[in-house]
Amino acid sequence: MSASTDTYVPKTRVGRITNFVDTRVGGSSIVKEFGRKIFPDHWSFMFGEVALYSFVILLLSGTFLTFFFDPSMAETHYDGVYVPLKGVEMSVAYQSTLDISFEIRGGLFMRQLHHWSALMFVASVSFHMLRVFFTGAFRRPRELNWVVGCVLLILALAAGFTGYSLPDDLLSGNGLRIIDGVIKGIPLVGTYISLLLFGGEFPGTDIVGRLYVLHILLVPALILLMIAVHLFMVVVHKHTQYPGPGRSESNVVGFPIGPVYAAKAGGFFFVVFGILAVIAANFQILAIWDYGPYDPSPVSAGTQPDWYIGWVDGALRLMPGVGEFVIFGRTISLNVLLPALAPAGLLFTLMFAWPWIERWVTKDHREHHILDRPRNAPFRTGIGVAGIVFYSVMWAAASSDLIATHFHVSLNDVTYWLRALFFLGPILGFIVTRRICLALQRKDREIALHGRETGRIVRLPHGEFIEVHEPLNDYKLYRLVNFESPEVLPAQPNKAGHIKRSEKLRGSLSRFFFEDRVAPVTRAELEAAHSHHAEVEAPAEKAEVSGR
Amino acid sequence: MGDHSHGSPSTSGTVATAGQSDVEKFQDPGLPPHRPRRADKDPRAEKRAERQVAILFVISIIGTVLFFVGYFGIRLDDTIATLRFQNFTLGMGTAFAMLGIGVGIVHWAKTLMPDHEIVEERHEVRTEEDRRDAEQIIGQVLDESGISRRPLIRNTLIGAGVLAILPAIGIFRDLSKDMNPEVLRHTMWDAGVRLTRDPSGTPIKASDVTIGSAFHVIPEGLNEAEHKLEEKAKAVVLLMRLNPDELNVSPGREDWNYNGIVAYSKICTHVGCPVALYEQHTHHLLCPCHQSTFDLTQECKVIFGPAAHALPQLPISVDDEGYLVATSDFHEPVGPSYWERG
Ligand code: HEM
Ligand code: FES
Repeated sequence: MSASTDTYVPKTRVGRITNFVDTRVGGSSIVKEFGRKIFPDHWSFMFGEVALYSFVILLLSGTFLTFFFDPSMAETHYDGVYVPLKGVEMSVAYQSTLDISFEIRGGLFMRQLHHWSALMFVASVSFHMLRVFFTGAFRRPRELNWVVGCVLLILALAAGFTGYSLPDDLLSGNGLRIIDGVIKGIPLVGTYISLLLFGGEFPGTDIVGRLYVLHILLVPALILLMIAVHLFMVVVHKHTQYPGPGRSESNVVGFPIGPVYAAKAGGFFFVVFGILAVIAANFQILAIWDYGPYDPSPVSAGTQPDWYIGWVDGALRLMPGVGEFVIFGRTISLNVLLPALAPAGLLFTLMFAWPWIERWVTKDHREHHILDRPRNAPFRTGIGVAGIVFYSVMWAAASSDLIATHFHVSLNDVTYWLRALFFLGPILGFIVTRRICLALQRKDREIALHGRETGRIVRLPHGEFIEVHEPLNDYKLYRLVNFESPEVLPAQPNKAGHIKRSEKLRGSLSRFFFEDRVAPVTRAELEAAHSHHAEVEAPAEKAEVSGR
Repeated sequence: MGDHSHGSPSTSGTVATAGQSDVEKFQDPGLPPHRPRRADKDPRAEKRAERQVAILFVISIIGTVLFFVGYFGIRLDDTIATLRFQNFTLGMGTAFAMLGIGVGIVHWAKTLMPDHEIVEERHEVRTEEDRRDAEQIIGQVLDESGISRRPLIRNTLIGAGVLAILPAIGIFRDLSKDMNPEVLRHTMWDAGVRLTRDPSGTPIKASDVTIGSAFHVIPEGLNEAEHKLEEKAKAVVLLMRLNPDELNVSPGREDWNYNGIVAYSKICTHVGCPVALYEQHTHHLLCPCHQSTFDLTQECKVIFGPAAHALPQLPISVDDEGYLVATSDFHEPVGPSYWERG
């Protein structure tokens, strides 16, 4: 340790600061790694960013609210400024929410900002997920990050739900009561879970405090942890990119983090914040003073849960009242259990497992860094749309009463229709979407082979009219022809020469998914098409000349 | 890494590596040529963009000022209109403050910062060599610990570990002191308890209940009860009067109504919302939560929706002063089903 004098003598101020920091805590390697790291750019990559930024805004506005909110369910009589509720008996939690709204300057704004950000958060996480699904960004090596993403989605729902229950107003109490009813439907342990959760009988005086701990500590901490893991993996894998000229499986094309990407992304945070502020300034959300404190007796018809809970509520509505039976003195209530658990269980299981399901069917174990255009994966796009339809039918069912009054039809009919759609909708969605994708792919083929229609009609010397097709330039052509289209892979015998049952299933799924595939244009095909064109195009030009 | 974004397809630098050997595949033409922006070519456009960015930042400053004007300038009184106005000012102030900065920076990045796309090579996440080394190290660690050679140690450790988790679950037992599901069977109703109006608690005379009318009812003394909300969550009742011939009374329930006045639990047997809507002419009760519909003329049997059993009926009569009273508690648990309900 004799010569510890610096050999590097910085000349600029930035250099001196860098030197100071680096020789004490290190850090220049981080700058080297990230300062000019390349990030591909596309509008659809923004959903993940919006999710991240709305989460930051949730943390900021939520922290403000914790300074004033009191999660106690002790009984009190309101004596604040809001006249219609003066003297009304209520919980301290509800009163403190009223005080934040009416007596803390900016409190109402923060409440509305927090709630709108929560809606935006879940929405952007969902859209982000759809983007990842439809472009195949979950394929190797990103399967685990997809799983982390699914966990984040569940955590986002948990955060929203625990928050919704805190103000202890009529809506939040009614929401909890429904949860309590569902929990009680769980066989064997349901009653005990309910008693433990509420600290005795519903509603008790514990639940708001308990949900508060989950809402401001446990769930956000888990979300933060998962976001850290999620983004770490994005860096390790490098971002995917859309196919196009110059972009390959082995490179990343885009803008360097410093300055362009950082500026766009950083600036975008303020844009998201600004947009949420506009919404919070103008659109009232959850005006708890209109609903009053929780009371098990009244109910307001036509009130809706937050949008992301709607689908579960809708599933509860769709189920006919059958399936409750008593055996050996114990009650099983499938009328509650089935709709509350089955659709959500199905959706989430398929979601978590999809990367492996797809891999199993296609036997494609390669890495993929180039995204699929959704039309170029018709089977996957079809499955995704089937999932969306399934979800949307349940979601619509949560508003069946509003649909009925709005369209002047009977509520029962709306329910019957939605019950049918619950089963048929996803199937139709799959078929129609796949057809549309295949049609788009064929159109792409047409354009690649014969060029773009120009709308210009010319007459050939022998009197025939044709439309002039303009050949694509190399870049546009490459965009249309450069994709992969998996082929049917029939069931294969194993080493012993048997075809196992699971392999048969895989084989038939493969046929089901890929038998109608549209192959990408090959060079030979294009050359063949061109030599055919040459005959047509040449006289066409002459025709134009002679036409003048 | 390098900048390859200039030039015609044939001279631009990036060349595809994927599929080059494959004669059927197309050659990657490389990145399309860079198209210069207005501000790249025209110094006046560049100056203009610079000014626009600065104006956007100034708008942000104005927004922040607006926020403080709203914060200190508007006095909250007890009207919602003032509150809304302040909320609007604070919100729009914040919005301008944020959008000014955000749009400004994005505009700056888009117009003035370099927009040449750059190409970087991907690397494998990890090399195979590392994997082999790791496998070997883990093998060695396991081997030296002897855990696979000594199943006795391994199995007792697993057993101890699994058991050691149990206290962490068991310690939550006291989340509730009262764990007897029997509490769900009983409500405040009992023989002689008067039916009173919700929420005032004033008793109801049988003569007050005219045909077609409906009352929201709570048991007498509920408002003074110790666990008011818990009791109310089980005891709320709907009281209606029908023409006695319209009621289909099942055997054993003949004396549960009083001259066509009937009382039913208001807690939906689906998942527990209050069944709040009474349709007079059809005699249907409708739960607004999931639209379970109960037919009053058939002892509140479910005729539509997800609920699976009828609303429990409260047997009623009148006392010597003519007030409606219960003649017993409900004969079955109210509200949603649960495992021990039977
Ligand atoms: C708390 C919510 C979430 C946040 C804050 C978040 C944030 C992000 C961000 C900023 C990116 C990089 C940019 C992008 O591709 O959009 C990203 C990438 C990714 N996210 Fe999320 N995300 C969330 C939830 C999810 C969910 C629910 C899924 C899927 C189930 C998911 C799966 C992925 C995957 C696979 C990538 C890599 C995409 C690629 O490289 O193309 N994320 N996430
Ligand atoms: S709670 Fe009444 S229908 Fe669901």
